[in-house]
Amino acid sequence: MGLLSDPNRRRALISLLTRLNAPICVVCYMAGVAWFMGLAFEPFTLRTYMSENAMGSTMVEERFPAGERALATGREFSAHKKKVGGMPVDWLVKTMQARGLEVFTQRFSRTLPFPDENKERYLVKGTNVYGILRAPRAPRTEALVLSAPCTPGDNNNQAVGLLLGLAQYFRNQVYWAKDIIFLVNEHDLIGMQAWLEGYHHTNTTGMDWSPLQGRGGSIQAALSLELSSDVITSLDLVLEGLNGQLPNLDLANLFYAFCQKIGVLCTIQGKLQRNDWDSVSGYSHSVQTMMLMVMKQASGRPWGDHGLFLRYHIEAATIKGINSFRQYKSDTTTIGRLLEGMYRKLNNLLERLHQSYFFYLMPSLSHFVSIGYYMPAFGLLAVILLLRALDLWVQLATPPPRTEDGVADTDTLIKSAPSQMSSPGVLSVLTPLVISHLTGVEVAVEHFPVSETEAVVLTAIAIYTAGLALPHNTHRLLSGEGTEQGWKVLKLVAVLYLAVLLGCTALINFSLGFILALTLVPVAAFVTPHVPKILSAFILVILSPACTLLFSVFFFQELQEMPVSFIDGWMLFLSVISQGILDHSLYGSLVYPLIALLVYPCWLLFWNILFWK
Amino acid sequence: MKILTFFSLFSTFLSANSINVEENAGQFFSSGHTNNWAVLVCTSRFWFNYRHVANTLSVYRSVKRLGIPDSHIVLMLADDMACNHRNPKPATVFSHKNMELNVYGDDVEVDYRGYEVTVENFLRVLTGRLPPSTPRSKRLLSDDRSNILIYLTGHGGNGFLKFQDSEEISNVELADAFEQMWQKRRYNELLFIIDTCQGASMYERFYSPNLMALASSQVGEDSLSHQPDLAIGVHLMDRYTFYLLEFLEDIHPASKANMKDLFKVCPKSQCVSTPGHRTDLFLRDPGSALITDFFGSVRKVEITMETINLTDLIKEAEQKNIHTTANLQFPPLHLSSFLPYLTPYPQKPKQKDWHPPDGFILGLWTLILLVFFKTYGIKHLKHIF
Repeated sequence: MGLLSDPNRRRALISLLTRLNAPICVVCYMAGVAWFMGLAFEPFTLRTYMSENAMGSTMVEERFPAGERALATGREFSAHKKKVGGMPVDWLVKTMQARGLEVFTQRFSRTLPFPDENKERYLVKGTNVYGILRAPRAPRTEALVLSAPCTPGDNNNQAVGLLLGLAQYFRNQVYWAKDIIFLVNEHDLIGMQAWLEGYHHTNTTGMDWSPLQGRGGSIQAALSLELSSDVITSLDLVLEGLNGQLPNLDLANLFYAFCQKIGVLCTIQGKLQRNDWDSVSGYSHSVQTMMLMVMKQASGRPWGDHGLFLRYHIEAATIKGINSFRQYKSDTTTIGRLLEGMYRKLNNLLERLHQSYFFYLMPSLSHFVSIGYYMPAFGLLAVILLLRALDLWVQLATPPPRTEDGVADTDTLIKSAPSQMSSPGVLSVLTPLVISHLTGVEVAVEHFPVSETEAVVLTAIAIYTAGLALPHNTHRLLSGEGTEQGWKVLKLVAVLYLAVLLGCTALINFSLGFILALTLVPVAAFVTPHVPKILSAFILVILSPACTLLFSVFFFQELQEMPVSFIDGWMLFLSVISQGILDHSLYGSLVYPLIALLVYPCWLLFWNILFWK
Repeated sequence: MKILTFFSLFSTFLSANSINVEENAGQFFSSGHTNNWAVLVCTSRFWFNYRHVANTLSVYRSVKRLGIPDSHIVLMLADDMACNHRNPKPATVFSHKNMELNVYGDDVEVDYRGYEVTVENFLRVLTGRLPPSTPRSKRLLSDDRSNILIYLTGHGGNGFLKFQDSEEISNVELADAFEQMWQKRRYNELLFIIDTCQGASMYERFYSPNLMALASSQVGEDSLSHQPDLAIGVHLMDRYTFYLLEFLEDIHPASKANMKDLFKVCPKSQCVSTPGHRTDLFLRDPGSALITDFFGSVRKVEITMETINLTDLIKEAEQKNIHTTANLQFPPLHLSSFLPYLTPYPQKPKQKDWHPPDGFILGLWTLILLVFFKTYGIKHLKHIF
């Protein structure tokens, strides 16, 4: 007979499962973590290669000459920006028209739910200015976008200057097969969101914007430029977008190919590539680069203006110019040539970028790990939850030994045990679930008459902490509780719920799923009412989503080589929560609702189990 | 004395000339063809396949320069590179970098363009099965005295050539198409040149007589492209055709270069891949086939003041080239001799069930009966009947 249908073999298998459950879980956890750390080891990664034939082996000679003129334009832009005290719309419109583009503007306004303390804005009003370079001989069916943000102060003037310089150079060429849209957006991400919503006729975030008068066809790719100095030492590529979405790897490959051709130093996550992968420091460097990417992806926020394009299936990346203390500097003409080369190659595209990977991790700019290689790390962690669920199922299925009742009563007991199990089962499971989710909803949805960032964030934390008192309250609601079976049923449901939740999260945003799994899976695995209460309560709080976030903040600062003290870290933690809420309401980021509505109630269930009476 | 020397020299010169004229006239009948056709096909589209269009146009240019008129050329280009939106020099297709040579020119006549270049149309052109409404410029109106040059380029593999990213032609189909042409007497001699990856696989299956084939690479090898032009941003030509073009630029209508020189074009050092050729089906000696027999349309004109006996020359030519098609003694047509690949693959001998010899079973039963009756007596016979 088969393995599962033969009762003897099945019993043997089940007994194996129950006996070895804890050791297997521990081994799986270690294996999952080890696999994840091994991803950064260079022999386990693949070199990046260009997958798209249309962009492949053809190189062009870049001839952009006007770097100095671009810088002069940037200085003019900065002067006008200071004079107007915001975005110099009229000057921009006039300059773009002088370069032969079709210029349009878009107004937008938005009231944030509460003031944004990082950027110091509450009522946001602005204008986007964009000029369209029409392809000389092609129909207006496809477009490419080059954008530079208009930031207050002295930042990004050179970016706008280079954008206008490139616009003038591109206008004189006849080989463009797609329209090129040169966009200067105000209030960085808010302006970009308004422009994208206007371009695609969607309105998902409730922003108020004027409709776009001019369009260029379906956008194939977009690049956002951030340049704040006249000369640079390196170019940094930013890939992570909203909800952890990444552009097609071919865009990163294109950037890397041109960096090598032109000879500019290129970095990712601000870290330069190293050649000594077999040394400890080389390996830890790769691990740091990969962990930075994982942290950024898990946060679910767009890390550059490009991050909002990805939702519309437009491959986009941000290129940042960095001026650090290095000997060899590249001037604006070189950056202009790099961008010209990239755009000529993007011009050759016949379809959207789709040949290369959409899900990957990059331990360095020339190596990558694809989803097929990194998913098993998460899979090993998810297996622990399934093993625990099987174990609980087995325990629930075998009736409890009641030797004091006599032999005659065992029959009736066996008959009544299932019914006895089900009624407290359903009720005792449902109540904590509902109450936990209500708490989550409280955390997520907040309408305060007082719009103060700190008030909002601290209230969220307060509700979170109040949820810790939950177990004492649920017992008052229900009587007839406290059976041994009750908590097992609840734990079974909770473990399966967590498995499904983490699985779905990891599919969309692997980094978020993995980080949550790292902390929540041990919680789910070991918590029972019988472990020592004080110690496990402490561990449970340490491993809760909020504390995970706190530790991640510190870890992230460490990785960026800017470690913070505890007070600063705490303030940063509060600002991260407020940014999360703002991201959700402004751009539709899903991280905050996910954690508040689903992950936190799940953790609360385990807290309930711990304090089961 | 001087006059005598002068006179003897002069007469030698005259006689040598007349012998020359006779020889040249003799060569009029050596090849057996009276007209030339060319079918030039580029099978790939998209901007990054610029080089395939440039390949085809450079062969077109050579063929036209050497005398074949547009009415005898069927040019099939799968995409329009000259007017592509990405072409920085519109209305041109260059074959040499730095824009030295524009093969598109002013008088290109494309017969099949864009999506009209399909496997079906190609085969219909070759076999002549075209709908009655097809214009003359799209037809291959060859007869049994036509020498045809067929040039194919694009992306290919082992045994197939890709047309337009959506279909393929296999080497078997091509061989069958040529056989159809042979049976309908649509060619005298056919030169087949292919410049793709693994091009030699396309001529492996030919079985019709009078075919000569050249390919740019062997099976398992890739044909590589030549230099890119950095202003245009694409590779301009493939290596084999680039060196073929260079070779053909030196050929003029009166050139006596023969096929053996063509086989030497683009050795492995220049081409990286190994060009191959096949001459076993060609009934003449390749050394006697001139380049202009296929690439040009040469009017055979010889000016002389002498009378030349042509019938002798014809007999001479026939004796010299008893293998020309006019004298071909067709061997008894046995299908397997022309279709070596159609013989069944040697299979393992089929396992026949072993049966004992026929009389054996009868004898066995008789023995059983005898033993039975011996043991039990004859009176038990009634149990049987």
